[in-house]
Order: sequence, then structure tokens, then C-alpha cells
Amino acid sequence: MSIQPVPTSSRTTRTELAELNALESESIHIIREVIAEFDRPALLFSGGKDSIVMLHLAIKAVRPAILPFPIVHIDTGHNFPEAIEYRDRTVEKLGIQLVVGSVQEALDTGRIAQSTDPGGSRNRLQTPVLLDVIRKNKFGAVFGGARRDEERARAKERVYSFRDEFGQWDPKNQRPEVWNLYNGFINSGQHIRVFPLSNWTELDIWRYIAAQKLEIPSIYFAHEREVFERDGMYMAVSPFLQPEPHETAQTMSVRFRTVGDMTSTAAVPSKAATIEEVVAEIGATRTSERGQSRADDRASEAAMEDRKREGYF
Amino acid sequence: MELLRIATAGSVDDGKSTLIGRLLFDSKAIEDDVLSAAESVSRRQSNEYLNLALLTDGLRAEREQGITIDVAYRYFGTAQRKFILADTPGHVQYTRNMVTGASTADVALIIVDARNGVVEQSLRHAVIAALLGIRHVVVCINKMDLVDFSEEVFATIKRQFETFLDDLKVDCAHFVPVSALIGDNVVEPSERMPWYTDGPLLRHLEQLEIGRTPADDALRLPVQYVIRPLKGEYHDYRGYAGSIRSGVVRVGQQIGILPQGKTSRITAIETPDGEADEAAWPTAVTVRIKDDIDISRGDLICAADGVPRVSKSFDATVCWMSESKDLTQGSMLRIKHTTRTGRAMITALHSRIDVATLSAETGCNALKLNEIGRVSIKTSLPIVYDDYTVNRVTGSFILIDEATNETVAAGMIGKPAFGNFDSED
Ligand SMILES: Nc1nc2c(ncn2[C@@H]2O[C@H](COP(=O)(O)OP(=O)(O)O)[C@@H](O)[C@H]2O)c(=O)[nH]1
Repeated sequence: MSIQPVPTSSRTTRTELAELNALESESIHIIREVIAEFDRPALLFSGGKDSIVMLHLAIKAVRPAILPFPIVHIDTGHNFPEAIEYRDRTVEKLGIQLVVGSVQEALDTGRIAQSTDPGGSRNRLQTPVLLDVIRKNKFGAVFGGARRDEERARAKERVYSFRDEFGQWDPKNQRPEVWNLYNGFINSGQHIRVFPLSNWTELDIWRYIAAQKLEIPSIYFAHEREVFERDGMYMAVSPFLQPEPHETAQTMSVRFRTVGDMTSTAAVPSKAATIEEVVAEIGATRTSERGQSRADDRASEAAMEDRKREGYF
Repeated sequence: MELLRIATAGSVDDGKSTLIGRLLFDSKAIEDDVLSAAESVSRRQSNEYLNLALLTDGLRAEREQGITIDVAYRYFGTAQRKFILADTPGHVQYTRNMVTGASTADVALIIVDARNGVVEQSLRHAVIAALLGIRHVVVCINKMDLVDFSEEVFATIKRQFETFLDDLKVDCAHFVPVSALIGDNVVEPSERMPWYTDGPLLRHLEQLEIGRTPADDALRLPVQYVIRPLKGEYHDYRGYAGSIRSGVVRVGQQIGILPQGKTSRITAIETPDGEADEAAWPTAVTVRIKDDIDISRGDLICAADGVPRVSKSFDATVCWMSESKDLTQGSMLRIKHTTRTGRAMITALHSRIDVATLSAETGCNALKLNEIGRVSIKTSLPIVYDDYTVNRVTGSFILIDEATNETVAAGMIGKPAFGNFDSED
């Protein structure tokens, strides 16, 4: 007997839907627990697919009331314009409050120092800016769209992830999280990061976006773009990232699998122009989301764990 | 088939990480780039085979020490079914992490080293699984290659373990002889063990029927919070938001509201997909009711027939999880039960459960980290509960230290399904 990777079409749609409904309800439950137990929650919103799904779930959790907390964007200044445009349109359409933490501003005022990371990635610079925003707004709980299937340090993290004054995660000292009984008591100065999408996989997210007909930024679909190859990944040519003399730019049909910093998010060659085509491609792929498209995680074996210990999501 | 939640446990070096790595690897759940990263580390460590454990141990300390410290969750699927696997540490020192991973599982996967047979750790894992109400136990007898794939070794261990599982009242037990390292009977059947005809582990997991689900039980809907938009067309709207923890809710249904002891009728149900006439476990809903009753977070909406109990005192089994303090008679703690939070006092510590003999050792005056005991608890607020053996949600609670805010115990109301604990009454 040999086992095939999950084909997207072979399981009945009914089972798939039941699975998605169960995940959806679990996430809504978590979001409601946090709203009930914390004074000042906020939701991290990047304009990426996970945060779009999370926001959609938060709105469902409180309906017909309006979202009782703001969304937060940590703006690296190296964003995809499509993601920013999507963010602003969403805020306007839903009438929700947006809090922006600007990496550029923190650099300009000398609050943080320039990145020394390869390619000038501002990924790590998000952490101090995020912590500033949390402190200034006294957020007690911040929702993040991370999933446990993304990365092996994330696979270890609780739904309620406790952070000290410095935002640090202590992986060896996590609270037991039994049944669905989340312990929301924190000491002063602490806050929690909450991951309502912990049990979703990348494929679940895509299927959900398709099932709910959610609008997502255009860069998730195949489009012609000027890219160049670096370390086996296709990076977009942008004002923030140019090919070196030995690298050649070419125009090809690509889409993005994640939306992060333009300097560290790679494109995937693709012709998938509709959500159904994207779902089919993701179902058949043999590379992980982060391995294929996140330069920041390739830095070392424990890159994510180290960043989390510093206060990263 | 529906989603299957699996929790694994094994003693250090029984081959748990290798088995999971094999399961993921052979079912093609490992992506190529993750695999090649593990291969290059494996080469650096000059392993003869690909070290499959590298695929699962997620923290630096775990990779360095070669042990699992905390639960890791894995997601994989086959054409048949989707799985969530909570990979939990087997070491006694990390029992609380095992409880975390196992508390929501449908199946416990216990790994035994064929050379050592049933050791105390294996028994402890089985006891915890049984206590947590996991009805399906799958025992993998691993490293069969090191015992010449002997049918007799397998049969002896199986017999021993079966007797113990009978005492635990676990009735759905399944045994598989495997070699995680070589891959026999994990995903592919073993050519070296033709005497075993029940098929490989993965096939069993794919076909396993969970049986009764919470949807079949009486309605339990703990209120998370009250939605009151107070605007425009929704000026008089008052919805009770919560997840259906068991049973079904229908428009027109007669319901009980506890601890108030009131009754009413459901007039509207909002699901994540919009208005509905009916919704079932595990849906997150918002319901409205006919009468004007003061309901807030922590109250329970339930079926009008078959109501839970309401009390400020009850007996329970607790697994103690604090490193710094012991549980003693008189301990004052916070309790979180469904969506209700209050204060709790341990009014009696009856006994400690000896996991090897399943007997109650009376006369102990403290429970230490990772110990399991029988207690009586008194609470500041009435608790609306069922026995844990009847309902895993309304029967479970956590205890929280008032000074540090740490979660210090996982508790199950009523008596365990096994053992003889009558002496405490
Ligand atoms: N011969 C043999 N060795 C195995 C088998 N499964 C695991 N091992 C070895 O046993 C050791 C412990 O395995 P590991 O998976 O790290 O155990 P864990 O501590 O339970 O996670 C490693 O050296 C494995 O290579 C098996 O089926 N046969």
C-alpha cells in the first residue's frame, strides 16, 4: 500500500467543509475568550492571507456588534504596495481603527539601528517597533495569525503565548494548556500573544478563503513580474532590492505564497490565476511555505526560535 | 472520515521521534526542503541513517539533548483522513506537557521498546490517557528488528499490557509490532513479520472509528460573553455567544439556564455561516432567547431535560503541575471551569494514585509536581458540572496559582472510570 500526499479533490467536499467549520469555530472560541478576559486586545494585520482570515473570524466572533478593538500594522517600509492598498481599503470598508507602528520612523528618530541582516531585511526590526506599540497602547493581548504547521518552533507554541516585559517567549517555561481552558491571568507588565489559527494548515487557509470567497491582495495570484534568482529563490525587483551585477532580472509569471517584507519574501513561478487554481497548486506542492518563500528563515536552523525569544511573533 | 486527534507518548529512547518522523516521512507529509535540511544536519552528526527525530524536535534544546521537552503539534493527511498529532514528552518530569497534549486527543499512541517490554513509564502513559477519557489506545511495540521480529516477544508484551488496560477499563486497544527505524508496519506492511496480519499503523489510524462524539450528548453551551451592539436596528439585540460543547441547539427548543435555575426557549441561532434553525457541537454560536433573564459570562445554557449539577463543592481527580509549590489540604487557588472563574479551596486531599498499581495511597499530606491525587474542592461560586466521565468539557477545570498566575493543576470532576476509590466517602 502506498500513500499519496493529500490530493485536494479526493476527499469529499463535505468532509472538507466540516473540517473547516470545526477550525473556524475553534478560532472564534479563542477570540471570544480573549475579548471576554482582556481589557485591551488588538489584532496584528499585515494584509497577508493569514491575517485576512483572522480578521474575518474576529468579525464573525462579535457580529452583529462591531469589532471592539483596533488592528495593528507593523510597517517595515518595505511592503508590497498591493498589501498596503488592501489594508487601507479594508480599514475604510469596515470602519475599524488602525494603529501603525513604523519601522522607518523608528529608524529616522534613532529609536532603532539599521539592519545588518543580509539584503537589508527589516524583519528583525519589527520586533522593537511592535513592543513599543504594545507598551504605548497598553495592549494586554495581541492576536497573531501564525500557524503551527509553518515552522517547528511555532509547532511548540501554545495558543496563549505569554511574553514578559521584553516580549520574550520562554519555550522551556510554557504554561500547560489543557482542554480548551485558556488561563488568561497575567502579571503586570506581561502581555500575551494569541494564535487563533494555531491548528490551521496552509491548505486550510486557502480552502477557507475559497469557500468564504474572501478578497485577497492581487499578488497572491499569478502575474507578470520582474524577478531575479538569489539562493534558489525568486526575489522581486523593487526600490528596496536590486539584483547584484552577477544576477540577472527576468520577467516571468509568479505569485506569492506569503506576504512579508519585499526584501525577504520570494515569489513562486506560477500560472494560477484563480483561487481554485491556487488551492490545487498548494495541495500538490512539495516545498514548505517558509522554505520556498521566506529568506529570513533560512538564516539558521533555529532562526525562528531565536527571533521569538527576542519578542517576534 | 472525520479528523483524528492523536497524542503520542513514549519513554526516552523508545523511538517515538523516529516513529513520528517515519509516519510523516512515509506518508509524504514532510516537504522536500524540510527533509533536505534534516539530511544535512544528519550528515553533520554522521548518522548512518537519516535521523528522523530531527524532523520533529523543534527546539534547540531538544535537538541538542535529543529529547522531547514540550508538546509539538503536527498536521498531516492521507487520502482517507486528516490527522492532528500532539507529540508529547514521555519523561516523568514533563508529565504536565503530556497532559496538555493528551487532553483533547481521541487516540493515545503509546510506544514501547520491544527489548524492555512494559515499563513503569508505559503504565503511567496509559493511566493518564485513561484518566483523560481517551477511549482508544494504540500500543506500538517498536524496535522489533532488535528482537528478531519475534512473534513471541510481541505476544508476551501484548498480553501484559492488555491486562493493565483491562484494569483501566480501556476497551478499544490495538497492538502493532513495528520497526520505526526501518519502516516495518508503520506505513507499509512488514515482510519480516508475516505472522502479523492486522495491517500497518497508519492504516489502523485511517480506519479507526471514533465512535460517540460530543454531538451525541446533552446540550451544553457555556456563555462566553453577551453581545449587545446597542445601535440602530440592533438596539434591543442581546445575544449569548459561546461554543456548543456538546449536543445540539434548535430554534424553539426549551432550555435551562444555570446556575440561575431558570428556563426559556431559543428564538434565534447565529452560526459562523449566518442564521440557522439548528446547530451542533462544535459550532461557535450566538443564541437569543425568549425571556428577559439576567445571563452573563460563566452561565450555562443546557438541555431542559438532563441538566448538569450545580454545587459549590465536589470531588475530583487532579494532576498537579507546579514546580514551586505542593498541593495540600487548605490550598487556596483560582479555578477556571468552562467560562467561569472563581476561587477554590482544597478541603481534603484523600489520596495519591499509584499509577503502577492503580491503588489509592491514603494518608499523604501533599501532592508534588506530576503527581495525581483525589481531592475535595470548595468554590466561591457555584459550579455547573457533569462528571468528567460523562462530559469532558463540563467535567474539567484548571487551577491557577493566585500569586504567580501559573496553571498548577488539571482537574477532572467525579471518580475516574477505573480503580476503587470508594474509601474516601
Ligand atoms: N534498531 C532500531 N532502533 C530504533 C528504532 N526506532 C528508534 N531507534 C533508535 O532508538 C534511538 C532513540 O530513538 P528516538 O526516536 O530518538 O527516541 P525518543 O526518545 O523516544 O524520541 C535512536 O538511536 C533511534 O535510531 C527501531 O525500530 N529499531
